[in-house]
Amino acid sequence: MKLPNFEYVAPSTPAEVVRLLAANPEAKLIAGGQSLLPTMAFRLAQPAMLIDVRNLRGLDRIVIDSSGVSLGARTRWVDIETDAELATAQPLLVEAIRHVAHYQVRNRGTIGGSLAHADPASEMPCIAATCEANLRLLGPHGERHVNASNFFMGPLTTALADDEMILDVHLPAWAPGRKWAFSEFARRPGDFALAGVALFYDIDQEQRACNAHIGVVGACYYSKRMPAAEDALNGKRVDADTAAAVGAIASGEADPTDDFHASAAYRKALVGTLLERSLLTAANRPS
Amino acid sequence: MNINFELNGKRIEIDAPARMTLADFIRHQLMQTGTHVGCEHGVCGACTVIVDGDAVRSCLMLAVQADGSKVTTVEGLTPPEGLSPLQQCFREHHALQCGFCTPGFLTTAHALLTKEPDADKERIRHVLSGNLCRCTGYIPIVDAVCAARSAYAKSARSPDNESA
Repeated sequence: MKLPNFEYVAPSTPAEVVRLLAANPEAKLIAGGQSLLPTMAFRLAQPAMLIDVRNLRGLDRIVIDSSGVSLGARTRWVDIETDAELATAQPLLVEAIRHVAHYQVRNRGTIGGSLAHADPASEMPCIAATCEANLRLLGPHGERHVNASNFFMGPLTTALADDEMILDVHLPAWAPGRKWAFSEFARRPGDFALAGVALFYDIDQEQRACNAHIGVVGACYYSKRMPAAEDALNGKRVDADTAAAVGAIASGEADPTDDFHASAAYRKALVGTLLERSLLTAANRPS
Repeated sequence: MNINFELNGKRIEIDAPARMTLADFIRHQLMQTGTHVGCEHGVCGACTVIVDGDAVRSCLMLAVQADGSKVTTVEGLTPPEGLSPLQQCFREHHALQCGFCTPGFLTTAHALLTKEPDADKERIRHVLSGNLCRCTGYIPIVDAVCAARSAYAKSARSPDNESA
């Protein structure tokens, strides 16, 4: 359970980080280390070098403006929890990250680390996918932007190249009056959820749902939206019948696998139930 | 790699191997064995220490990452004579039996109550859910932390309390 040996460096500029990544193909970035260090303790990863981003200035900045919210890659979960403005600027984000792991882990774990790790059972990748977040990456040839819908490719697999780092993630502005909910089920608080859902939609002039965005946690191959469930929700007034119907479609659309913790059938049933309840929570939320 | 940090108010400059966790470093190099190591992969909370005011799992942090930080362990929460108010509450409420998990609960609760002296019972239960105890059934621990709140409310603005 002791960590394998590695070289440790803590450069002070993003350019230096990228140069080190390019020169050392076996290197990994470390921020909070809350997923990476257990992975190394189990010898599931043995990087030859850890490049710590803790000395990079400004990488933990939270910027809220008319375009939305930009979160620096080293923003910790606790920074989001304690930011006074985020609860109104991105309520879905704030509610979802309340479910991330435990108190001590939330004091170290970061957004950038979670997105790069890309565990489909994690909350942040789901929120990035659901909200159509835009990730700003830095590589040897400069910056590029990748939408979350193109970033997650499989379990622990992303579009991030070996010599790239995440600088920040941008969530589009939150529309006034938007309906939203987040819900997940875990046997113990702080555990990875067996399944979860994140959703938001807007209301058109006839009081019908539009612009539906529904994402799934845990019961999926990678973090993504559920377009069939979204299509079923758009144009409907959200009542008990709609919620049940959309939940049933999502249950069929989720693609979990059987594992030690729960069967695929159980996880699919959870997605349906959680979405049905969450839609009613969203509908009953005062605007 | 040479690191420089403060442990329980004492400046320490020392060489640390990169692969060594902060938990092992505190126990084996600095011989402060109050910090306990349970699962070594961030599940049990026994190794919780306070880094720059935040409760963190010292098995999920490298010693070299503590460079430039202020680290407080259970030794640093304990007065030279007797017990701290939080420790006294643990004693009065029978909030420990074998004691293995206790340093992690004390550091977690101290960090919480220092920042949130009026945390309600639900908040305390939520925060303590990151620490495992196999003896007590948790209820006495929650009671002890609830009872300790008044000590933190009184001293919330004193500089002594902010050092941790």
